[in-house]
Amino acid sequence: MNRIKQAFEKKKAFIAFITCGDPDMETTEKVVLAAAENGADIIELGIPFSDPTAEGPVIMEADGRALEAGTTTDDVFRLTKRLREKLDIPLLYMTYANVIFSYGTERFAERAGEAGIDGVILPDVPFEEKEEFEPAFSACGIDLISMIAPTSENRILKISSEAKGFLYLVSSLGVTGTRTNITTDIGAMTALVRKSSSVPCAVGFGISTPEQAEKMAGLADGVIVGSAIVKIIAACGRESAEPVGQYVRQMADAVHR
Amino acid sequence: MTNSRGRFGNYGGQYIPETLMNAVIELEKAYGHFSHDPAFQAELSGLFNSYAGRPSLLYFAEKMTRDLGGAKIYLKREDLNHTGAHKINNCLGQALLARKMGKTRLIAETGAGQHGVASATAAALMGMKCVVFMGKVDCERQALNVYKMKLLGADVVPVSSGTATLKDAVSEAMREWTSRIDDTHYCLGSVMGPHPFPTIVRDFQAVISKEIKTQLLEQEGRLPDAVLACVGGGSNAIGSFYHFLQDAEVRLIGCEAAGRGIHTFETAATLNTGRPGIFHGMKSYFCQDEYGQIAPVYSISAGLDYPGIGPEHAYLYESGRAEYTAVTDEEAVSAFEYLSRTEGIIPAIESSHAVAHAMKIAPNMDRDKIIVITLSGRGDKDCVSIARYRGQSLPES
Repeated sequence: MNRIKQAFEKKKAFIAFITCGDPDMETTEKVVLAAAENGADIIELGIPFSDPTAEGPVIMEADGRALEAGTTTDDVFRLTKRLREKLDIPLLYMTYANVIFSYGTERFAERAGEAGIDGVILPDVPFEEKEEFEPAFSACGIDLISMIAPTSENRILKISSEAKGFLYLVSSLGVTGTRTNITTDIGAMTALVRKSSSVPCAVGFGISTPEQAEKMAGLADGVIVGSAIVKIIAACGRESAEPVGQYVRQMADAVHR
Repeated sequence: MTNSRGRFGNYGGQYIPETLMNAVIELEKAYGHFSHDPAFQAELSGLFNSYAGRPSLLYFAEKMTRDLGGAKIYLKREDLNHTGAHKINNCLGQALLARKMGKTRLIAETGAGQHGVASATAAALMGMKCVVFMGKVDCERQALNVYKMKLLGADVVPVSSGTATLKDAVSEAMREWTSRIDDTHYCLGSVMGPHPFPTIVRDFQAVISKEIKTQLLEQEGRLPDAVLACVGGGSNAIGSFYHFLQDAEVRLIGCEAAGRGIHTFETAATLNTGRPGIFHGMKSYFCQDEYGQIAPVYSISAGLDYPGIGPEHAYLYESGRAEYTAVTDEEAVSAFEYLSRTEGIIPAIESSHAVAHAMKIAPNMDRDKIIVITLSGRGDKDCVSIARYRGQSLPES
């Protein structure tokens, strides 16, 4: 059974996003291991991009710090290999189309597969453009994760019927970042997905508190948290592993409750 | 790529977040309808003629022609349009389209401020709200245009992320659009971004080449030998080229901003120095590093200071139908001064890139040849920065 499927098998999944190379690769490695030890079921590794148009200021600034530190795609592959030796949970990449296209899509997919990656999330590749990337990834055993947004409406059935791994439900309009209120009817979205697909649904964008996480876990199969973790790393720098671990513990407990 | 729409050869497409997909599909449908609606076209022509001052003149630059001693030079005077640039063609079209779609708010990015001013103008005329995103660096370079936009009733949002220039203004406008779609139309300023923008903007700007063709046939009884236009995103260039695409004998030459030179890092000449990539919703050419990180580009011209180019230009470049040359800051500034002195016309620093290239090629062409240069805008906005470039400081700077 593939790792993503397994992660959703018996419980709700807590998915933690971490930008690679912020503030450096050694810290990223420690933070990822701390998140995994403290209950993260899946890790999303952000490969930094100079102009991340789907991100709010928190992750945008993290990408800036990582690139400033000299992080490259090849560094991320090396980090992934080291992590894969220690971790058996699914590891995903979240990045932008140009990072992959400019590396060479097939070459990127092969390297990612060798490093032990299970899935890739590309916020600037919608259903209409996925054919350019999906065959290369699936040839290397990697799922290209599809996204559904509050504006997807009539597109939900089409997208979910071809979804691989899990579906990324975007909770709100706008970019990534913490929000006090999530007004989208997530329950209605997941119900619609269930009509055409058996893939699990994980909700992301705007979730930062255990209360929100517990509520979202009640409506979907998993919860994705990014900006709230990246904020801790922005504040604590190289000393982030412990505070991120503590935060992930609270959030994962809330999701698994 | 069977599902992908809006391709020019390999280029174009819709590389945007899922959140925006229904918005661009709705726009594509609306445009598909109104572009074939005679009432819409009549209303737009009416605005072009009675409000924007179209058709713009095709002016025979006799002194410049005599001085350069080669091909006859005509200037397509988009600088004479209301608001002083070609940008108004697109903004009137998109604002009208947005209003027909029931949108009440326009958002726009701007570099030099010309598209921002044109968007604010169209919004004021049509009673719509307008918010313009502009890089902080550009706000400082083009303070007068910031003032104009506010005077016209628009809100101007300075963008300080990234390089704080046009690229970041586009990113921020896209982020804004994902957060507010219902009442908002993104009035994109160039032939770039996701489908259908490259087609919509091209169609609204194609009036330039349509008029050139008619006017030159009247004045000379034939087609030009070459059409020159500056290229950032490429809207005035595609507008100048479009109705000549089928006329193989007409050379189409886009003039990119080389900045301090195409062998330096301080350049914005995308086709001359970049390679294919995916960014800002489209597959096209971009200035980028080996890992696909978008390069911080540079040009003296805020309007050409963009690391990408519209996908149709990428296609015309690879197919060989159009040529793309690079013009340095120094050459453009010299052309800015030359045209002012020679013809009494102060061109925008963007357009000066095309003038500079004409100055290189015209002397080597026979006197019976004809060059048309599109003067995409007027240069009032650039006087302070050109003076500074020449080491002079004006009182208001």
